[in-house]
Amino acid sequence: MSDKIAFSEDRLAKAKEIILRYPEGKQKSALLPLLHLAQEQFGWVSAASMDYIAEMLQIEPIEVYEVATFYTMFHLEPVGKHVIEYCRTGPCCTMGGEEVYDHLKTKLKIEANQTTSNGLFTLKEVECLAACGWGPCFQIREKFYMHLTNEKVDGIIEELSK
Amino acid sequence: MAKGIKILTEHINTPGIETFEVYKKSGGYAAVEKVIKKMTPEEVVEEVKKSGVRGRGGAGFPMGMKWSFLAKPEGVPRYLVCNADESEPGTFKDHFLMKSIPHLLIEGMIVSSFALGAHKSFIYVRGELMYVIRILEKAIEEAKAAGYLGKNILGSGYDLELVVQPGGGAYICGEETALLESLEGKRGNPRNKPPFPAVKGLYQSPTVVNNVESIANTPWIINNGGDAYAALGIGRSTGTKLISASGHIKNPGVYEIELGLPVEEFLYSDEFLGGIRDGHHLKAVVAGGSSVPILPANLFLKTANGEDRLMSYESLSDGGFASGTMLGSGGFIAMDETTCIVRNTWNFSRFYHHESCGQCSPCREGTGWMEKVLHRIEHGHGNMRDIDLLVDVAKKIEGNTICPLGDAAAWPVASAIRHFRDEFEWHVKYPKEATMKGAVYVKEEVLV
Ligand SMILES: Cc1cc2nc3c(=O)[nH]c(=O)nc-3n(C[C@H](O)[C@H](O)[C@H](O)COP(=O)(O)O)c2cc1C
Ligand code: SF4
Ligand code: FES
Repeated sequence: MSDKIAFSEDRLAKAKEIILRYPEGKQKSALLPLLHLAQEQFGWVSAASMDYIAEMLQIEPIEVYEVATFYTMFHLEPVGKHVIEYCRTGPCCTMGGEEVYDHLKTKLKIEANQTTSNGLFTLKEVECLAACGWGPCFQIREKFYMHLTNEKVDGIIEELSK
Repeated sequence: MAKGIKILTEHINTPGIETFEVYKKSGGYAAVEKVIKKMTPEEVVEEVKKSGVRGRGGAGFPMGMKWSFLAKPEGVPRYLVCNADESEPGTFKDHFLMKSIPHLLIEGMIVSSFALGAHKSFIYVRGELMYVIRILEKAIEEAKAAGYLGKNILGSGYDLELVVQPGGGAYICGEETALLESLEGKRGNPRNKPPFPAVKGLYQSPTVVNNVESIANTPWIINNGGDAYAALGIGRSTGTKLISASGHIKNPGVYEIELGLPVEEFLYSDEFLGGIRDGHHLKAVVAGGSSVPILPANLFLKTANGEDRLMSYESLSDGGFASGTMLGSGGFIAMDETTCIVRNTWNFSRFYHHESCGQCSPCREGTGWMEKVLHRIEHGHGNMRDIDLLVDVAKKIEGNTICPLGDAAAWPVASAIRHFRDEFEWHVKYPKEATMKGAVYVKEEVLV
């Protein structure tokens, strides 16, 4: 059994509102939105969060685990303060994405799926973010950083390191 | 052609267009007024049928026909689900449309839901676009406050609720039955068909799934009539299409073009892509998102018969897979002579391997094999047999899977080898050169 955790008051209200969006008996549809809510609050999705969501939706914990592990957006391990999700797909690479990515890795001194020693940045590689013409790009939480260059990357990392 | 006509993007640069007030002042919600006050659902379906508009999510299936297939058993709810999963590499048009002019999609959802008799409709947006979800939710609140959504819309007795649903990061959820599974809170595994969603879709009820751009066309069709829409475009490619353009062009971005526009004009005129970046030449184009066959520049501009190629479903597919491609989702990727086709193909194969849901072995294993073999060739360890092996694996996947992701993974590989075989062979023959930074094989005659 994992430790008990809970949504903050406003997120709990939001979760309840979300569950009511679906037809009666179809509350399982709220699963992805609630996983997003949990990640928003805790930064990642722990087993405890998944058990908590299962209880809230009155489904088996395994139903949550099998979904959380299918979708790539959910971090199933603790992550750094800022998770950089870097687009590695063709069109961004065409626009210089690989060079900028190398620069970013050198700058942070980490590879994909690693976290900087100060705990500030975790680097993840993601597939096309639907921003191809504005690439190279990465995403940190809900924010898109587009038209990236080495200089821009330096600026962003320095700003977020303050 | 009605040069320069804009159906979706006419007001996109109006300051404040994301708000209800400005959208309404620009003529917004007139289509909702019209359908609710003056039309029956059947009449709305009829107009959409007349327009000839084809699904803009990639497959190009006529929208009105899809609507008319919807089963209508007594006492069973029907659902409309908007596919805003947009994850096909090269495609970013729906993202652009939703963030810039959210009310256009909301208005289209109301018109379409009314036509289908749906009272709860969903917009499934890829989870990475959470900021767009917030924009859409705000627009829905505004529309509700103005009486265009919710209970008893404009006093008509028609009720409609819109729900915006986030995905979780999975390309496969763009496939409509995987999307429905995901919307039910499950893993995004595509369903076996039949039954088709029109009979058993969301929650086992009759369901229509349509792309964002498809739905966003409906207000204009209602305001101007299906015939007016059908008068635009060329042949069975009626209306306009959003093209999202990326790669080595002067002006990347999203463009609304009337279907039938000559490819050459789209590529080179300053109104559109502005040509290839300075000092470079076009080598290859992926015209409709990463899944469609890649074409060398010379074959892209002119068909095998030497005719000018047009931006339309028919002209782009002229010649079949031997010398043609597909309009697909309108994800247009231009590559100049600095692009290594082998590397790009490997990159795409990694994408499909990563995104395969794993249900069918030809797709699960085949995409992995293709990625591995392409990686080998790209990194200087390939042999000649590998090239034929790739063609063989692609063939074995094609047509042998539950959903079309398998085909989508096979076509880019098969077409790259079909048109750029000597480039693969060069990698095998000269591994040292091929793995040197910046080294690219170029055959002059394909360049334009
Ligand atoms: C692997 C795969 C991914 C797809 N991704 C999308 C997508 O992101 N958006 C979309 O509208 N259609 C996508 N489609 C097509 C949908 O299955 C479906 O045909 C479409 O949403 C129907 O809408 P339309 O008729 O308006 O185009 C995808 C299909 C496959 C096989
Ligand atoms: S073709 Fe691939 S993605 Fe589609 S159902 Fe089969 S394994 Fe899954
Ligand atoms: S390839 Fe990077 S956003 Fe599409």
